[in-house]
Amino acid sequence: MFNNYLTSIEGVSIYPVISLVLFFVIFSVIVIWALKLDKKYINKMESLPLENKKNIETKNESN
Amino acid sequence: MDVEKFYYDNQIVKQFIIATVVFGIVGMLVGLIIAIQLYFPELNLGLQYTTFGRIRPLHTNAVIFAFVGNMIFAGVYYSLQRLCKARMWSDFLSKFHFWGWQLIIVAAAISLPLGITTSKEYAELEWPIDIAIAIVWLAFGLNMMMTIIKRREKHMYVAIWFYIATFVTVTILHVVNSIEVPVSFLKSYPVYAGVQDALVQWWYGHNAVAFFLTTPYLGLMYYFLPKAANRPIYSYRLSILHFWALIFIYIWAGPHHLLYSALPDWAQSLGTVFSVMLIAPSWGGMLNGLLTLRGAWDKVRDNPILKFMVVAVTAYGMATFEGPMLSLKNVNAISHFTDWTIAHVHVGALGWNGFLTFGILYWLVPKLWNTELYSKKMANLHFWLGTLGIVFYVIPMWTSGITQSLMWKQFTPLGTLQYPNFLETTLQIIPMYMMRSFGGLLYLSGVILMVFNLVKTAKEGTLIKNEAAEAPSLILDADKIKKGMIHRWLEKRPVKFTLLSTIVILIGGLVEFIPTFLVKSNIPTIASVKPYTPLELQGRDIYIREGCVSCHSQLVRPFRSETERYGEYSKAGEFVYDHPFLWGSKRTGPDLAREGGKYSNLWQYLHLEDPRSMSPGSIMPSFSWLTKQNLDTSTTAKKISVMRSIGVPYEKDYEKFANDDLMKQAKTIADDLIKNGIDTDPNKEIIALIAYLQRLGTDIKVNNFAEKNN
Repeated sequence: MFNNYLTSIEGVSIYPVISLVLFFVIFSVIVIWALKLDKKYINKMESLPLENKKNIETKNESN
Repeated sequence: MDVEKFYYDNQIVKQFIIATVVFGIVGMLVGLIIAIQLYFPELNLGLQYTTFGRIRPLHTNAVIFAFVGNMIFAGVYYSLQRLCKARMWSDFLSKFHFWGWQLIIVAAAISLPLGITTSKEYAELEWPIDIAIAIVWLAFGLNMMMTIIKRREKHMYVAIWFYIATFVTVTILHVVNSIEVPVSFLKSYPVYAGVQDALVQWWYGHNAVAFFLTTPYLGLMYYFLPKAANRPIYSYRLSILHFWALIFIYIWAGPHHLLYSALPDWAQSLGTVFSVMLIAPSWGGMLNGLLTLRGAWDKVRDNPILKFMVVAVTAYGMATFEGPMLSLKNVNAISHFTDWTIAHVHVGALGWNGFLTFGILYWLVPKLWNTELYSKKMANLHFWLGTLGIVFYVIPMWTSGITQSLMWKQFTPLGTLQYPNFLETTLQIIPMYMMRSFGGLLYLSGVILMVFNLVKTAKEGTLIKNEAAEAPSLILDADKIKKGMIHRWLEKRPVKFTLLSTIVILIGGLVEFIPTFLVKSNIPTIASVKPYTPLELQGRDIYIREGCVSCHSQLVRPFRSETERYGEYSKAGEFVYDHPFLWGSKRTGPDLAREGGKYSNLWQYLHLEDPRSMSPGSIMPSFSWLTKQNLDTSTTAKKISVMRSIGVPYEKDYEKFANDDLMKQAKTIADDLIKNGIDTDPNKEIIALIAYLQRLGTDIKVNNFAEKNN
């Protein structure tokens, strides 16, 4: 029954391959990104939400 | 470097908080009412406006868009200002967004009980309200994006990425799924039909879960959990991974709502594969939340806020493990159309959304009103009431779902159905329904306790409507893309970031849609399938109005147990004229795809008037008003011409004599009923509904059914 659909779409088999390749590439790129981030920057980002208390007397934090 | 003075807008946060708790109670109360109606149908008080089919969408819409929606906005308006070190860009837009959203909710609360519905799950609201939603949502988005652009903090914290993705994706989902042609001010037909409509609807429906109930709440988790625990998030690297993987994969998973349906097989498999992959980013997010508390678990012991958040994140983990499991075809064969689905969504709604909301509210209200929580004891009691409520809700629903499904599938050694009467399987699970409503009652009483606690808290303190803050103005240095700095570069450019996340979510949607929409032979035409007659079309709209689709599916899956019970399994070509599709996602009652000709008109009439007269013990509500109300035939011509405009092949000028045909067919049915001693006439609504029910599935009962494929 479903073979009808599958055969009626030209080259449907390419779809799952495209999906897999796309996902794999994007995921790999993000993993590499995440691993390459420098520690100082990460510490700063992690503490962002917690900084509010200091807001009022914030001195200019130069990065 | 100048230090600028500015004020956070707390007033808007307060307004959204009030809306959250008010609509939370309303939504849950309606949920409790429909839960009780399932074993006590008389609770609709004999009114059409309070019948299960009409107020079930009221419950889902109230909980999703009013309770969770308002909490999203409260949380976003609070955290975004502080993360951007800036007041919301436009006070007018904030107010417009707030009042616009509440008006939409009121419009939903009025229109749904009146039976004004598109019947598409979580998108039931009709076209004028759809337009209003789009406008208000864009106002929110504009306000948010401009706030981000005008920020005084160089980097965008991970919570903001989730907010941006939410805004972009919900916009796209809502617009694409709401493309409909108006028939009148409060009635429209979707341009999609049958299989395509199902695919678009569940691409939308699943991603409503993804981008309304999940991503904005993850954003809230990434902000409020560290705040409540007073320690940074466990791993920022993991949060980057979590974000991109989640928004990329979630979009593809929609078809897992349509396994074993008439949807093309490759699309079903795509949904399954991506659902299984979803475990990875979801659990990454859950672990990131839980591990934030590492070394601080002693705090959890006596801090009700953290208790709520821990259970919320755990429930998120459970629901995101269960979801992929349910999308495996062999599991789905058992779970689909049963209460297992209901159990699954309530782990998410009660556990994840509900508990995170409560945790944030207990933290936020004392902060805003500059005081301490009125009673920690009460918050702890609320925690246990809520937790027990979830247990009493979910476990009976799991049991009920599996019980009913196995009963549907049970054969005797002789090869006949063990429980040929559907009603037997319903009566078996009534005790579970009772227990579930007890769970809901516990949960709701906890929420009422919370409201009391929060009101008392607010009364003790004072709200600082405009909270003063200072921050140096931001001068963005134009840094080039350096190696390994791409993400930082992205973060500093919200517009580029937004575009990129849009592309990422579009990929999944396009791969799903293109084949199904462009390839005509995707939908094999079945020669014997014809458009509905005018009377059947009117009857179908009554079926939609009364929300029959809430309890009756119209899709026979290709299993022996189903073909044995209902008849031939459903083919894609049967639905080509169904605007909207009515496959349904739950069988509280039997499937109706092959209902036509099963019973006499007399049986259908008496059963609709009083279900228990025909099926003793049935839990279907009585639809006696259909026997009294006259059918509005003034809409027939317009309906026919709108249907023709979206591809249903009615002859040219057919609308001129559609009502003559309608009356002819109505008279035939009415005469048959009168002959059998029923006091009725052809103008009654019930006649149209019977005509529709008698038509269902009869097209392919014609034996010479042929597929034209090429």
